[in-house]
Amino acid sequence: MTSSFESKPRPKGFLSAVVHHATEVQTPAAKIYVYEAPVRIWHWFNALCIVLLVITGYLIGKPLPSVEGEASELFVFGYIRLIHFAAGQILAIALLFRIGWAIIGNHHAHQLFLPPLWSAKWWREVWHEVRWYTFLERTPKKYVGHNPLAQLAMFFLFLLPLLNAVATGFALYAEGAGTDSMWYTLFGWVFTVYGDSMHVHTVHRLTMWVIVCFSLIHIYVAIREDIMSRQSLVSTMISGWRYFKDDRE
Amino acid sequence: MSSPETFYDVFRQQGISRRSFNKFCSLTAASLGLGPSFAPRIAHAMETKRRTPVIWMNGLECTCCSESFIRSGHPLVSDVVLSMLSLDYSHVLMAAAGHQAEAALEETRTQHAGEYILAVEGNPPLNEDGMFCIVGGRPFLEQLKEMAAGAKAIVAWGSCASNGCVQAAKPNPTQATPIHKVIRDKPIIKVPGCPPIAEVMTGVLTYILTFDRLPPLDRLGRPEMFYGQRIHDKCYRRPHFDAGQFAEEWDDENSRKGYCLYKMGCRGPTTYNACSTVRWNEGVSFPIQSGHGCIGCSEENFWDNGPFYDRLAEVQTPLGVEANADKIGLTAAGVIGAGVAAHAAVSALTRVRNPNSGE
Ligand code: HEM
Ligand code: SF4
Ligand code: SF4
Repeated sequence: MTSSFESKPRPKGFLSAVVHHATEVQTPAAKIYVYEAPVRIWHWFNALCIVLLVITGYLIGKPLPSVEGEASELFVFGYIRLIHFAAGQILAIALLFRIGWAIIGNHHAHQLFLPPLWSAKWWREVWHEVRWYTFLERTPKKYVGHNPLAQLAMFFLFLLPLLNAVATGFALYAEGAGTDSMWYTLFGWVFTVYGDSMHVHTVHRLTMWVIVCFSLIHIYVAIREDIMSRQSLVSTMISGWRYFKDDRE
Repeated sequence: MSSPETFYDVFRQQGISRRSFNKFCSLTAASLGLGPSFAPRIAHAMETKRRTPVIWMNGLECTCCSESFIRSGHPLVSDVVLSMLSLDYSHVLMAAAGHQAEAALEETRTQHAGEYILAVEGNPPLNEDGMFCIVGGRPFLEQLKEMAAGAKAIVAWGSCASNGCVQAAKPNPTQATPIHKVIRDKPIIKVPGCPPIAEVMTGVLTYILTFDRLPPLDRLGRPEMFYGQRIHDKCYRRPHFDAGQFAEEWDDENSRKGYCLYKMGCRGPTTYNACSTVRWNEGVSFPIQSGHGCIGCSEENFWDNGPFYDRLAEVQTPLGVEANADKIGLTAAGVIGAGVAAHAAVSALTRVRNPNSGE
């Protein structure tokens, strides 16, 4: 960590994102500290929870073949559900923490939550990224944080579905806990939004597939960009530092 | 009809003994989940309260609610509850017919305005100005609105009145509409089910008539004591569910062993009703006990949440293609996977041809 162009940016306020979003790099740099430790830890921890949730969630709707033996001695499906509920609640707490960090962390920390949908410049850059991914653009732009297209996808194909999974998940959990439980008081409204309990199950399951689809694209693009773009990606989410491979604009 | 008689007077007129009356009061207190101390309170209310007229109306429906009601488990209960109703107007049970019956209805409406309980079986279709359901030469919709205006409270019998039921299933050509969407200015208690359990129906009615108020209701307006839990929460096959033991086919060994019917599409986990506790036909059995999954008859949209024998409900897709969440999800993931592979191949080629692109 010697030739850092810019030292660790001081945490900036929430509003700076509005003025200062998705910064395309104006000046060449060798490396910049982007993702602070809490963001990185959350990223990998969240990924682990999602893997557990997808596996157990899939099995909740399509259970494994029946097990033999005395029902009183077995708790196979019970454990699958238990892992799901535990991972779900941990994910939710981590998400709350992540939202907190978006407020107090550096200005990359709230990129996920605030795509500047009102900015024409930003949309032009989204378009540029679309052209880059459809091989119409030869050189990608450099970004310190997420590129605008990635930001767009993360917001609509990941953050919103994740929030939806948490809301519907807790609503289903509330049904098990009972209509007189605290959970039902907090999440009973979800049934009003989606109509009935069966629909909430269906929506929860469809949301899982949205998250799976996002993950496929996300993993592919991260690796591809790591190789083909002008900056580091995968290692950035591990170390926090963004490396740039050239010093052109 | 304007008699100052109490419920108790009516019972005695019907030949119900004091002893039977007391029994009825304790049975009712028990079925409502109230303590034994409530029996004398019910008795007192019945002895002193003026009898409340109950008008029973039938709209778009199949009469399964009436059928269930008159089969109330304890014969004593049905006797008593039937005598609690003013049977001047009930398509199924009244003695009068035609204009005579409509006149009786009109009399209750005017003479007992603001006092009577309106029990509605079925729902009004709104399409074509309500012409799909005509009662006494008029759309049921009109009759319902008119009677509701003078009612103290309204009981929505069954899934038809509460949720719309089969006639409101997609595409709902007659625009059958649950009554709470038509009548918004009266307290409505929903007693869903297709039909609701007889003891639940009589219990709800007794509660309203004796305590002169609606029982505690849940978020959707259903009485908590009967709809507070899912079939799944009190199902006797639940240990097999937690163990991971499921019937895989209707005629397999697991099904014979009485394993959980979840994989066969049982809707117990999404259905609020009292079947797994009160059961049916004087507590003899209920669908799951007889080897068939719950179809969720007391839930909103239960006809559209089929197929009944599949755990995953069908999802409406734009082109009308039959699909469930997994079919949609796997297709999308497959397309994306193939897209990713193709994109990776093109990317590799571009890179070979133009090695400097990214650097
Ligand atoms: C990434 C997030 C999540 C994914 C991918 C996911 C996935 C799934 C799936 C596929 C199902 C099966 C649905 C069905 O077929 O009926 C399910 C059920 C369920 N999930 Fe989640 N879930 C997530 C988050 C959560 C959270 C945060 C909670 C909250 C505690 C939760 C609680 C539940 C409950 C209670 C059920 C129903 C279990 C049952 O009916 O036995 N889920 N989940
Ligand atoms: S049979 Fe139905 S209600 Fe009973 S435990 Fe299984 S899924 Fe639940
Ligand atoms: S078990 Fe389910 S489908 Fe059957 S009557 Fe009860 S709620 Fe309706």
